[in-house]
Amino acid sequence: MLTINIDNVPVKVEEGTTILEAAQKIGIEIPTLCHHDDLCIAGNCRVCVVEEKGKNTLTASCATPVIEGMKILTHSAKVQTSRKHIVELLLSEHDEKCTKCYKNGNCELQDLASKYTVGDYLFMDLCEGKEYKIDDSSPAIQFDPSKCVKCQRCVRTCSEIQGVNVITVAEKGKDMHIQTFMGLPLNNVPCTNCGQCVNHCPTGALTERMYYDEIWEAMGDDSKHVIVNTAPSVRVALGEMLGYPTGTRVTGKMAAALRQIGADSVLDTDFTADLTIIEEGHELLQRLKKALVDKEDVSLPMITSCSPGWIKYIEHMFPYQLAHLSTCKSPQQMFGALAKTYYAEKMHLDPKDIVSVSIMPCSAKKFEANRPEMHSSGYQDIDAGLTTRELGHMIKQSGINFLDLEPQPFDSLMGESSGAGVIFGATGGVMEAALRTAYEVVTGRQVPFDNLEILPVRGTDGIKEASIKIEGSLPEWNFLEGVELKVAVSHGLKNARIIMKQIEAGESPYHFIEIMACPGGCIGGGGQPIPTNAEIRKKRIESIYEEDRNMTLRKSHENSEVKKIYDDFLKEPLGEKSHKLLHTSYTKRNKF
Amino acid sequence: MSKNSLKRLDIIFAPYSTSPYKLLSELLKKDKDAIIQELIESGLKGRGGAGFLTGLKWKLAKEAKGNEKYVICNADEGEPGTFKDREILSQVPRKVFSGMALCASIIGANKGIIYLRAEYNFLKKDLQKEINIFEAEAKKLNLDFSIEIFSGSGAYVCGEETALIESMEGKRGEPRNKPPFPVVNGYLGKPTVVNNVETFVSARMVCSIGAKEFNKFGIHGQKGSKLFSISGDTPKGGVYELELGLTVQDLVDEFGDGDTKAVQVGGVSGFCVPRKSFAKRTIGFTGKFTGDSLPTGGSIMIFNSSRSMYNVLHNYLDFFCEESCGQCTPCRVGVQQLLLGIEAIKANNKPSSYLKTLVKLADTMRVSSKCGLGQSIANSFQSIVEEFTEEIIY
Amino acid sequence: MSDVTEIIKKQINQSGKKREVLLPILQSIVERDHYLSSESLLQVAKSLDISAADVYGTASFYSFLETNKKLGKYVIRVCKTIVCDMQGKREIIEAIENCLDIRIGETTRNNKFSLLYTNCLGWCHKGPVMLINNEVYTELTPDKVRRIINAYKQNKQEEL
Repeated sequence: MLTINIDNVPVKVEEGTTILEAAQKIGIEIPTLCHHDDLCIAGNCRVCVVEEKGKNTLTASCATPVIEGMKILTHSAKVQTSRKHIVELLLSEHDEKCTKCYKNGNCELQDLASKYTVGDYLFMDLCEGKEYKIDDSSPAIQFDPSKCVKCQRCVRTCSEIQGVNVITVAEKGKDMHIQTFMGLPLNNVPCTNCGQCVNHCPTGALTERMYYDEIWEAMGDDSKHVIVNTAPSVRVALGEMLGYPTGTRVTGKMAAALRQIGADSVLDTDFTADLTIIEEGHELLQRLKKALVDKEDVSLPMITSCSPGWIKYIEHMFPYQLAHLSTCKSPQQMFGALAKTYYAEKMHLDPKDIVSVSIMPCSAKKFEANRPEMHSSGYQDIDAGLTTRELGHMIKQSGINFLDLEPQPFDSLMGESSGAGVIFGATGGVMEAALRTAYEVVTGRQVPFDNLEILPVRGTDGIKEASIKIEGSLPEWNFLEGVELKVAVSHGLKNARIIMKQIEAGESPYHFIEIMACPGGCIGGGGQPIPTNAEIRKKRIESIYEEDRNMTLRKSHENSEVKKIYDDFLKEPLGEKSHKLLHTSYTKRNKF
Repeated sequence: MSKNSLKRLDIIFAPYSTSPYKLLSELLKKDKDAIIQELIESGLKGRGGAGFLTGLKWKLAKEAKGNEKYVICNADEGEPGTFKDREILSQVPRKVFSGMALCASIIGANKGIIYLRAEYNFLKKDLQKEINIFEAEAKKLNLDFSIEIFSGSGAYVCGEETALIESMEGKRGEPRNKPPFPVVNGYLGKPTVVNNVETFVSARMVCSIGAKEFNKFGIHGQKGSKLFSISGDTPKGGVYELELGLTVQDLVDEFGDGDTKAVQVGGVSGFCVPRKSFAKRTIGFTGKFTGDSLPTGGSIMIFNSSRSMYNVLHNYLDFFCEESCGQCTPCRVGVQQLLLGIEAIKANNKPSSYLKTLVKLADTMRVSSKCGLGQSIANSFQSIVEEFTEEIIY
Repeated sequence: MSDVTEIIKKQINQSGKKREVLLPILQSIVERDHYLSSESLLQVAKSLDISAADVYGTASFYSFLETNKKLGKYVIRVCKTIVCDMQGKREIIEAIENCLDIRIGETTRNNKFSLLYTNCLGWCHKGPVMLINNEVYTELTPDKVRRIINAYKQNKQEEL
């Protein structure tokens, strides 16, 4: 332990602690901008400089480890002047149009400005006369360079969390800026649309593409039937934007708010999550049977396909391994395909009048909804994928008093869900849900875990492993008797790369792998409320598992609406209709 | 010599003895700690301009744990007005290699790299020939040390040692956060000594003549000698080895054209000295930034009264706008503001009082920039603006 | 012409497939092609398994690694830093511009010459100075510079 002195308060910290962390420990807040808990230290923006006694220059507190006996002043006159200057400098190269900005009210630069630079502009406007081109080529993410403050958080995110590296720092000096390879539009580079750059951007430079105006229009159009499906991780995060503490579940209020702002039917993506489990579970068992009994050459391990960021990633980076992907569509796209077929049929609606909207924790869902193959209903299956943030924004626009809203249930027909569907939102959740069902299908018994909680696949380790030995299998599945089913779970595309390299080398020991693009799974998705960090993600995860625990229905195959859809419509898992509506194929894309 | 105390030497460029690596072979036999002690006692500081104690750098690298270590010769001589390293490399490269070899044997490195700026690519061929000779010689001396050349690609900031290392690692030449320092965590994460070309030669010199002799050089309390690159309004531009501690007046008397109005000491990142201060400003390494003595990599640019100091400053700021790496705010944005600011004042778009704001901004850049580049922009800016205010405004 | 695999292979064989060979590879390509085309950059990225954006970002940092447009066979870089500026850089530029009928930043139509500014070349005592590829020309005067350019035009630069 080292003792240092910050603003005349002694503090004991471990070696390797930064000055910033030491200050936080005693409740002293030092402003930061380029710093992010999820990312490596950059020390670029210099907003966090502090005065170190005995040194002429100031010290970047985020980047400097403490030294025994150090004396630090966090708000001396020298520090205050520098900090003010630095924020003014950032503002001078930031084309501020706060009142017109999506991030107005949730912008770190704005917060800094309100603290340190009240009054007239000190310096000249560097944006004047410059031509900025907004890149809105991607259906998911848009980049407005005029709002970029070059903190490089997006660059580090894309590289460190995702290992995708499509955003880089280009040129130097006054010309230094953030861009893609040769400045190509975002939809022409191997961007996965995961949106983590958006989640980590302190300003409004990187945002999702927003589509809520079109939804308002559809909701106001009486000839349109707007049905909304909400993903499991939205309900544990939306509240953060509307006055609730992190991790508060607002499921019922969310449904009520959606109804109030004009949705004709508020349904649950968890329903198709349950359906995914049935389809994907059977697909896995079928692949195992082909491999073990028929000795066919099938691709194992099989990998989940719920996360559209992950799908785009594998299409770009490992185009020759696509056969490992489950052919199941994601719950969003299953929902879309059924909305304009099954739902339309049951509700006596003309599918052309249905506007199918999904509320997702994700920006990649926007791209997914726009994929040309996602037209199996004969129409675009999902008309718009909005992020949690966009929904939060719409609720704010509507003037609804969310805090006082009376919770309401989801509508029926594709509104029922199990706890298994809910936990899709957390890393490991799809795996856990699949095991709950598959094990029971094969053995007729519940998974051998206390209270159905498969703890080895839970938690925030980048890659998790588990194995279940299948014993006492039903006659139909006796080829699995004694098989040790090996599974793995990863989140964050950097970890996906490790898993895929193993597969590429033919060394993967697993049968089934869950991969999610974003850290923590969907609860940490690129469309979730900002800010994000490990602690916030942990709270959302806890909240998801609590929702599961409180449900009576906790296995996908017990979902009565799921049973009904097989009886009435799909007939059987992996059947002809399923094939047409619920399964898909993938596209080889360029890595570079 | 009564009035002018300038003393010329000719040690660095003195021709080799008949057996060029004889001195090295003798030095290699000396006790390593004794050599470090000698270097520290000599007070020899880095000749690139930053002025870190060379002996201490070597000592720290020697003490750093690691089975692989590197010796890097910084030949990214980009400071405007400096060209002495080029002269050294073309005239006495063996002295550089000897210094590097000595350093390597002390810290326990067997790999040396010369980071040669792209602008000096024409030196590569001859240098490689010399390296081959050196390596043959090293074999005879049973010295496990090889040298290779790494070419720069055009970036002033790569003269900063951590930026240089980043560049060698195949990345953008952006300075790193310090600590850790290269002596502990340098090239490829290994302990690394990065020294300027001249520093290796001077270190070799100190080891050969001893700290005591070395310290006999120097005037006005300064110790040692170094190379100066003289250019600008002078009839005698070139590289000169002079004893430290001389006054700017000494330089002007010797090299000026009779009409000198200002001298830029230490390149664009150094200080501009106006005529009225020529006699009281000495050049050496002991003073602080604004003290009497100016530290320098040896760049001396002389301006006569026909020069507009506004143009001079404008040229400097233009340089920094392009050559800042751009990663940290005070440097990237600050220097653009300084440039735009003086233009606006000149064009009457800003009141002359705005100059005060800019001077304060320069202070912020000095204390809060990430590396020496950003920190030193204030040196020339403030010294010119304060001494030649009228020229800047009108 | 645009196939850079040979250059890459040579460097990798020499020093291994590692990030540290990136700049030497890019330098070799520029030496041959006078710029880095997007195809070349992609090829380098593939060979070293570094993202294309990263390769581009790195290359664009350095002023001697041209990424935007193909430069001429002879790249003329005239120093514009203070001492050369004082010693008549402008006249030199004008002489070259007239001689080649291009403006600064441009390349002649026959792709033989490009004219660029550069920062300090380290010859301040002998300014104005310019580089033509790796060759240095010092103490330039408009006359001298015309002679030099003409020699290059006639491929007689060896005689200079």
